[in-house]
Amino acid sequence: MTNLLIWPILLPLLTGILLLFPRNQIRFQRVLSAVSAVALIAVTVFILWTVQNEGIQTLELGGWTPPFGIVLVGDMLAVLLTTTTAVVSLPILLFAMSSIGKEREQFYFYAFYQFLITGVMGAFLTGDIFNLFVCFEVMLISSYILIVHGGTKKQLRESFKYVLVNIISSAFFVIAVAYLYAVTGTLNMAQLSQRINSLESDAPVLTVIAVLFLIVFGLKGALFPLYFWLPASYTAPPSAIAAIFGALLTKVGMYSIFRTYTVIFTHDTGFTHQLLAVLAACTMAIGVIGAVAHQDVKKILVYNVIAAVGFVLFGVSTLTETGMAGAIFYLIHDIIIKGALFLLIGAMVIVAGTSHLKNMGGLIKHHPRLGWMFFTAVMALVGVPPLSGFIGKLLIIQGGAEAGQYVIIAVMMAASLLVLYSMIRIFLYGFYGQIQLETADQYGSTKGLLLPCAFLIAVSAFLGLGAEAVYPLAATAAETLHEPQIYIDAVLKE
Amino acid sequence: MEILMSVAAGILFMGGTYLVLSKNIIRIIIGTSVISHGAHILLLTMAGLKTGAPPLLGLEASSYTDPLPQALILTAIVISFGVTSFFIVLGYRAYKENGTDNTENMRGTDSYD
Repeated sequence: MTNLLIWPILLPLLTGILLLFPRNQIRFQRVLSAVSAVALIAVTVFILWTVQNEGIQTLELGGWTPPFGIVLVGDMLAVLLTTTTAVVSLPILLFAMSSIGKEREQFYFYAFYQFLITGVMGAFLTGDIFNLFVCFEVMLISSYILIVHGGTKKQLRESFKYVLVNIISSAFFVIAVAYLYAVTGTLNMAQLSQRINSLESDAPVLTVIAVLFLIVFGLKGALFPLYFWLPASYTAPPSAIAAIFGALLTKVGMYSIFRTYTVIFTHDTGFTHQLLAVLAACTMAIGVIGAVAHQDVKKILVYNVIAAVGFVLFGVSTLTETGMAGAIFYLIHDIIIKGALFLLIGAMVIVAGTSHLKNMGGLIKHHPRLGWMFFTAVMALVGVPPLSGFIGKLLIIQGGAEAGQYVIIAVMMAASLLVLYSMIRIFLYGFYGQIQLETADQYGSTKGLLLPCAFLIAVSAFLGLGAEAVYPLAATAAETLHEPQIYIDAVLKE
Repeated sequence: MEILMSVAAGILFMGGTYLVLSKNIIRIIIGTSVISHGAHILLLTMAGLKTGAPPLLGLEASSYTDPLPQALILTAIVISFGVTSFFIVLGYRAYKENGTDNTENMRGTDSYD
């Protein structure tokens, strides 16, 4: 089973290619993509189990030894994230089946969905910086198509800006890779780390390149001050597409910051990681300010995506093992819970017929299950103890205290409170308040929409209640990040 | 030679940035192409422009030019080619649907009342 690591990439890719042929056979498209999503969960869980028992897995593509060939590396962080991606992609796919509409389904929706998953999986598993760029492009080109899929006026308007921002950031990525190659002469992440750490004098040019990479990944991951494109573009597409974007796309940018700032650029942490900490604090602040200011339920949720980016990156910037374990745990929790919240808000907008808080109210009378699921998801998002957001935030704060970043901890606590305020406002005004619905199905029904949400909330509850089982995995991942030598030895096998 | 090429790449980035900051859709698209050109030239320059034979083993030379950046550029070119063609079609559709090619008029104005 040496080829095990290629399957998370190959499976959605082959499914996507197969789905390109029978355009009008919607039934076949649905069945095949659902089967593939289930198989993907099985494969990624098996890889997770293997990595837990046998240590870091590597796969040399084409049999060329690294650093000369491309190598896929499944360390614990990458494998945890591929598993989470697989788990979140199935319910969103099921939600799309009952909400996206026949016209969109006929025009290759499922194929592009699979290509998006391919790109995300590739970005998590690759061990080569240029291959990371290519996987980013696979993911982004699929996302360009999904964001404009259907071609409504608003989608066309917002996707033009989204595509422009991402083309610019991809050009920056190429430039950053060019500089890095000029300085080090390699593209393999493990060898990059080895060469940069073996420098005897400090090299300011590497700090410049590190900041250039931060700009690139900050643009992908919506870090302050590079978040400006996100709120408008994530509210344009239909809920199912917004859910997969909100759950996965910014997280790939965050994962790349994890990887570059723990494995590669560790030569001048005083400057780079302090910069990261300050930007993380600003990101949290901007995210919650936006979330509190808006009256549109989709906008409120989208600004919460930005706030979560700040929480996770603060954990990375502490450079302590506790902080990193917390950041990893919070990242996994956030993928699951943002997927769930986007789906719940999507269902809410369908039943209320509007996305503005002022025009909805009393939804709990006809849709109690939706209401209480939303309430549970909000509690999990904020981090009320038995649910999944708690352990991650606790560890991030603990790591921050170890690093002595008390001001940012205070910002984070205040931001958490405002996240709670912004989301509970949706619950109070949307589900309670004056009843605007006369019958349950006045604007649309929740048929088939609640089961995927329930699945995600169950996973989130498992993450919270079963933290004893999940935390050791996050701790192993943090250990690898904290000691890049483990990663280097696994890849280069000296 | 590297200095000259760096200056050329810088001029391309300057022109591209200027075009991207303008208001017309088609000028923005041309700007992104110019920036991609700059990035590709920079990739070639950064790997070193030392003279050597083209990387073909049939030519028996004492030294060859670095083949890796050429492969990287080839990859980056096809990606930016695909993205640019998509972007042109997207710009055309946005122009048709919104009835304007001026980005000032493409602002999101969501009104709720």
